[in-house]
Amino acid sequence: MREILTVLESDAHASSERIATLTGIDEATVREQVAAWEASGVIRRYKAVVDWDRFGDERVTAFVDVTVAPERGRGFDDVAERIARFREIRAVHLVSGAQDLRVEVEGASMKEVADFVAQKLSGIDRVTATSTHFLLRRYKDDGQLLTDPEPDQRLSVTP
Amino acid sequence: MSTPQKPFSRVVEAIPPSGIRKFFDLAQSMQGVISLGVGEPDFPTPWSAREAAIHALEHGATTYTSNSGLLELREAVTDDLADRYGVRYRAADECLVTSGVSEGLDLTLRALLNPGDEVIVPEPCYVAYQPCVAFAGGVPVPVALDPGDAYRLDPAIIGAAITENTKAILFGSPSNPTGSAQSAADIEALAALAREHDLWLLSDEIYDRLTYHGTHTPVSAAAWERTVLLGGFSKSYAMTGWRVGYVCAPEPLAQLMHRIHQYTMLCAPHMSQIAALEAMRTAQDDVDEMVADYDRRRRLFSKGLDELGLTCPVPGGAFYVFPSITATGMSSEEFAEGLLTQEKVAVVPGNVFGPSGEGHVRCSYATALPQLEQALERISRFIGS
Repeated sequence: MREILTVLESDAHASSERIATLTGIDEATVREQVAAWEASGVIRRYKAVVDWDRFGDERVTAFVDVTVAPERGRGFDDVAERIARFREIRAVHLVSGAQDLRVEVEGASMKEVADFVAQKLSGIDRVTATSTHFLLRRYKDDGQLLTDPEPDQRLSVTP
Repeated sequence: MSTPQKPFSRVVEAIPPSGIRKFFDLAQSMQGVISLGVGEPDFPTPWSAREAAIHALEHGATTYTSNSGLLELREAVTDDLADRYGVRYRAADECLVTSGVSEGLDLTLRALLNPGDEVIVPEPCYVAYQPCVAFAGGVPVPVALDPGDAYRLDPAIIGAAITENTKAILFGSPSNPTGSAQSAADIEALAALAREHDLWLLSDEIYDRLTYHGTHTPVSAAAWERTVLLGGFSKSYAMTGWRVGYVCAPEPLAQLMHRIHQYTMLCAPHMSQIAALEAMRTAQDDVDEMVADYDRRRRLFSKGLDELGLTCPVPGGAFYVFPSITATGMSSEEFAEGLLTQEKVAVVPGNVFGPSGEGHVRCSYATALPQLEQALERISRFIGS
């Protein structure tokens, strides 16, 4: 059954028939299983991995380390959720180390991201400091290498 | 001035060049060919192994190693075999690191054969088996396996070829070119036959990690005392160009092989041995992913061939299918040549793997899924035309 997910993870377009061919599991079972996973949330959604740079869209991404003031009896959940709800925020993670939260911010320009950090993010209650790192180039994203694939150097017919 | 007029080696001159060569030359001269003719993985070597070799080169691993190969590598190999096969070889004197299975096979035959000794070679089989027997002074005795019986190593067929001169049986499971993987029962029966006639079993297990119906059946587990185990990293770890493999055999034979190796190859490439060791230590996940990927392609491609009326037993291992093309009325060579020139798909005609391969072609599915699907469309167009 795990094989079904492996196929879908690399090709969300794969039809039940194709998944059945590739895994040897019969088509009706594939259909039922996928429906069950969609219902239970094992499959969250289907999405395309888009290389926006290649599309020509000039988006700007920054990773921002956020320091949160500790307060007795309160964890990080309320601050993290408050940050996560902003449309500009792509990801929020609680991390170990000197800072507390590492968040990913996306905007149309450096100014837009900088304004968001200065005016929204740093103004949130209990956020005491931010450290912003603008992303210069992506080499690998979501387990996917974004560099050009290595050329096939095999001879065309070999024993 | 002419070169000396005295004759060259009669043994070598009697062996024809590989029938694969012709198709290689033809395919190389064309653009836009989808090749199903490649006997090696389409994946690059796992990065951890490549990175280890780069580091090794930077730190001077450019020397000879001991003739037997790095002890750490031999220990890793013998421990791995104990784990996966349930057999124990001593790393010190029963395991030799070679430049691929090809060298291991050559050493085995040269250490084993006296002039006139016969080696039974079930076919269709890997193109080098019979020439290597002849180069070592032996007499290859080809025995045709039955495609209708999924190329099973039927002890009755093998047994009928045994004479008082027979010394060994040479075979590979999973097989290049048929992809068939022998069952435990057939290996047991073959071991019994070998015991009865006091024969060696020369077992090429280079595809041992690439099996799709359950696990691999190791020959050494059935007949340790008379098995020469030939293995390596080329196929399962996608390391063909590194030229590193191993051979394991009981001590007296292993030592004779070591003697030839120390005077000829000396050792397998140092940096390749380091890469192989790193692959064994860290690349199991890569291997699992590759095997899962081959398995998906195998299902898609054999189903596609079946729908085109090109029937083949569903292969249990390696990355080959060996469909029958007799329904088209063409010979293997006509089919392969026509498919290449008309539709630009390269396959290998079955007869190059032995006369019983006639009427079949070897297709390698070590190619990305979209290309396999496109190849199926082209094959369909070709046989429909």
